[in-house]
Amino acid sequence: MADSQRSTPLLDELKEGPWPSFVTQIEEMADEGKESCGQLLELLERSYNEKIGHWKHGGIVGVMGYGGGVIGRYSDVQDEYPAIAHFHTIRVNQPQGWFYTSDSLRTICDIWDRHGSGLTNMHGSTGDIILLGTTTDELEPTFAELTQNDFDLGGSGSDMRTPSCCVGPARCEWACYDTLALTQELTMHWQDELHRPAFPYKFKIKNSGCANDCVASIARADLSIIGTWRDQIRIDQDEVRACAENGMNIERDICGNCPTKCIEWDGNEMTIDDSNCVKCMHCINAMPKALRPGTDTGACILLGAKAPIVEGAQLSSVIVPFMKIEEPYDELKDLIERIWDFWGEHGKNRERVGELMQRVGLGNFLEEIEVEPVPQMVAYPRDNPYVFYEEYYEEDDEEDDEE
Amino acid sequence: MALERRTDIGPPDYKQFLPPIIKENYGKWKYHEELRPGVMVHVGESGDKLFTVRAGSPRLMGTKGIRRFADLAEKYCGGYMRFTSRHNAEFLLTEEANIDPLIADLAEVGHPVGGIGNAISSIVHTQGWVHCHSAATDASGVVKAVMDDLHEYFDGTTEVPGKLRIALACCLNMCGAVHCSDIAILGVHRRPPKIQHENMKKMCEIPNVVASCPTAAIRPAEVDGHPSVEIDEDLCMFCANCFSVCPALPMADALNDGISIWVGGKVSNARSEPTFSKLAIPFIENNPPRWPEVTEAVRKIVEVWVDGARKYERMGEFIERIGWPRFFELTGIEFEKEHIDDYKYAGLSFKRSAQIRQ
Ligand code: HEM
Ligand code: HEM
Ligand code: SF4
Ligand code: SF4
Ligand code: SF4
Ligand code: SF4
Repeated sequence: MADSQRSTPLLDELKEGPWPSFVTQIEEMADEGKESCGQLLELLERSYNEKIGHWKHGGIVGVMGYGGGVIGRYSDVQDEYPAIAHFHTIRVNQPQGWFYTSDSLRTICDIWDRHGSGLTNMHGSTGDIILLGTTTDELEPTFAELTQNDFDLGGSGSDMRTPSCCVGPARCEWACYDTLALTQELTMHWQDELHRPAFPYKFKIKNSGCANDCVASIARADLSIIGTWRDQIRIDQDEVRACAENGMNIERDICGNCPTKCIEWDGNEMTIDDSNCVKCMHCINAMPKALRPGTDTGACILLGAKAPIVEGAQLSSVIVPFMKIEEPYDELKDLIERIWDFWGEHGKNRERVGELMQRVGLGNFLEEIEVEPVPQMVAYPRDNPYVFYEEYYEEDDEEDDEE
Repeated sequence: MALERRTDIGPPDYKQFLPPIIKENYGKWKYHEELRPGVMVHVGESGDKLFTVRAGSPRLMGTKGIRRFADLAEKYCGGYMRFTSRHNAEFLLTEEANIDPLIADLAEVGHPVGGIGNAISSIVHTQGWVHCHSAATDASGVVKAVMDDLHEYFDGTTEVPGKLRIALACCLNMCGAVHCSDIAILGVHRRPPKIQHENMKKMCEIPNVVASCPTAAIRPAEVDGHPSVEIDEDLCMFCANCFSVCPALPMADALNDGISIWVGGKVSNARSEPTFSKLAIPFIENNPPRWPEVTEAVRKIVEVWVDGARKYERMGEFIERIGWPRFFELTGIEFEKEHIDDYKYAGLSFKRSAQIRQ
C-alpha cells in the first residue's frame, strides 16, 4: 500500500550514506501501511523546506489513574495531516540494563503495531522505551496490553523519572555494586512517585557501577549513585609486567596520567598509594587484566545535576562520600525520602533539587536533610568572608546555658 | 476479554532477559579485551567467555527494524541482546564462530559495527522536528549527516587517541543532556518570543509566565485590550523557559534558529574530573537535509583532536593542555564576543592570571 503520491526529495537524501537511516525506518513502516508514518514523512519534509517544526505544545492526556508516562502531542497543521493530528508519546519503563529477549522485543512490536505508529526510540535519554505516536483513543488499549505482558509506564512531568543504570555486574568487571538490582528495587519501591507526579519538578535517578559513569549520572541525574571502593586496587604484578613487555609505556601513560600521582613503577613492580588514590578508574581502564577495583565496595552519592532549564546547568555534588549499597538499601532510601520531604515542602514550582540547594545554600540544605558536613563535599572551603551566622550571643546569654 | 486492569507493576524483572552465561557469571567477570573494532570479550573467573558485538542504530526505529534485531539475536545469540546508554545495539554471543556471520548480516541490513573503546560512539540525541514543539533544529537528520561523515572513526577505519562522545539536543531544554560531551551540537533560538496577545489569557497563566523568566524580562501588560505580557527584548537570552509554560509565546523562527557547537565536556571521572562543554561556535544556520556547515565544523574539531591529542586524552584534556587560544587557532574558529560568558558567575571563566602562552 505504498503511497505513490508521497514526494520527499530532501529526506530521500538522508537514505544514502553508511550510517543507518531514520528515514528508511519511517518509510518502511509507511510501506507496511501505516498512514501516520507516511504523513509524518511529509510533515518532516515540509519542516526541512521551511526550517521550522510543526508540533504544538502537549496537552494533558494519559491513562486512568496515572499522571505521567504519556506526553500529548498535536500537529499544528492538523487539517493537512489528519493521520498525525494526534501523535502522542508513551514512555514504557525499560528492563534494567536494557536487556531483552527476541520474544520480549516482538511482544512490544506486536502491541505497538496494533495500537500506534510502529515508531519508537530505543531508547529515550532517560532510559524508557519511547513509543512514538498514537491517538488518544489508543492509549488505554495500549496500556492494557502492555501491562498484560508485564510492561508498565515510565515517568513524565513532575515525578520521579524512570531510574536507569549501567550494565553493571551483568557484564562489567568493574561494577562496585549491583546497579541492576538497586535500580529495580528503587523503581518498584516508588511506583506511586513514578506514576503520579507530586513533586515540585522532575527527579531523575541514575546508577553507575564505577567512576566511568557509563549512564552519565553526574551530568544527567538529580541523584547520581556512582560505585567506588575504599580498600586497595588489586594488582596482578605478572600482568603488569606483561603490559610492559607488550610495549605499554607505564611511566607515561599510567603513572603520568594518574590525577594524584600515586602510582610508582620501577620496571618490575607496581605500587599504588591507595590512601591517595581518588578511584578515578584511569589505571584500571588502561590495564584491565592487571588492575581491578578493591573488594570493600559501595558508592558515592551525589545530588543536583540538571540541564540548563531554569537557572543554569549543574553537575551533581557529593553528599555522601561512601555508602555501602546492600539490600534492603534502607540507608539510601531514608536519605532519598529526607531529600524529597525537604524539597517537597520548600521547593518552588519548577525548581529542581539542585536549584534548591543553590538557593538555600548547601550548608543549610545538609542540615535539613540531616547530613553532617564533611570536607569531601567541597573542592575547597569557601574563599569569601561573608558568612551568614544564624545566631549571636548577648551579655546575659551565658547564664541561660547553665540551666 | 474482561481482563483485570493491572497498574503499578513496574518494569518486567530483568533477570528473565539475561542470557544463561550472564546469570552464571553475574558479578564474577574478571577482565575484558577489545578484539577488534566493535567486538569485545568478557572473561569470567570461571573462564567462560562472552562476546559482545556493538552495532550502530538510528535510535528512531520502526518495529520492522526492531524485529530484524530480534531475528539476528535469535539466529546467533540464543535470542539475547541489549541496548546501550548511547542507543547502540549489543549482541551477546557465546560462540566465537558466530561473530563474523553476525557482522556480515548486520552489514547486510545497514548497521555498522564499532564504537567500543577509543572510538567515536553513537550520538545521544533528541526528537527535533520529528516530534517536538520546541526544536530549533532537527535531531535525527543532523545526527545522520554527522555520523555519515564520521563513520570512519566509529568502525575503526581511522584510529583515535581516546574516547569521543558527541551529543545533540535540538533546544536548550537539552533532552539529551548534552552539556558534558566532548562535542555537543545544540539547537538555539535567537529571536525573543513572538507574543500572541489574543491567546495569552486563554492559554496561559500570566503570573506563571512572568515568574518563569530567569532574567525577569517579562512583565504583565495590557495590549490592544488583551491582558497579556510585554518582554524587554534586551534582557532575553532565548532560553524558551517562558514558552515551556506558555504556548502563546512561540520561539521558533526559520530565519534565526540554528545550531551552536560546544566542546571539551566529559562525564567520566577517569583522570580529570567531569566538566561542562564550552562554546566553540555560537551559531551555524540550519541547512537541511545535510547541514554541511555543521558536519564540516565537527570534522575539523575532530581532526584537530586526532592529530594533537596524546593517548587517552579526551577533547577537554587536550584543549586544557594546549590552551584555548591555540584551540581557536588550530580549528580556525573565530573568537567572538559571544564566547565570553555574561550570565551568573561569569567572572569565574575569565582568565585570572598572567600565565599565557605568548
Ligand atoms: C514537548 C517537548 C518535549 C519532548 C518531545 C521531550 C522529549 C523527551 C524524551 C523522549 C526524553 C527521553 C525520555 C525518557 O527516556 O524517558 C526526554 C528527556 C529529557 N527531557 Fe524532554 N521533552 C520535551 C520537553 C522538555 C522540557 C520542557 C525540558 C526541560 C525543562 C526537557 C528536558 C529533558 C531532559 C534534560 C531530558 C534528559 C534527561 C536524561 O538525560 O535522563 N524536555 N525528553
Ligand atoms: C568493562 C568496561 C566497560 C563497559 C562494560 C562499559 C559499558 C558501557 C556501555 C555499554 C556504554 C554505552 C555505550 C555506547 O552505546 O556506546 C558506555 C558508555 C560510556 N562509557 Fe563505558 N564501559 C566500560 C568502560 C568505560 C571506560 C574505560 C570509560 C571511561 C574512561 C567509560 C566511560 C563511558 C562513558 C562516559 C559513557 C557514555 C555515557 C553517555 O554519555 O551516555 N566506560 N559504557
Ligand atoms: S559505569 Fe563502570 S561498572 Fe558501569 S558499565 Fe561503566 S565501567 Fe562498568
Ligand atoms: S584509580 Fe585513578 S587515582 Fe587511583 S591509582 Fe588509578 S589512576 Fe590513580
Ligand atoms: S531538546 Fe528541546 S526541542 Fe529537542 S526534544 Fe527536547 S525539548 Fe524538544
Ligand atoms: S526566552 Fe527566556 S529569557 Fe527570553 S523572555 Fe522567555 S524566559 Fe525570558
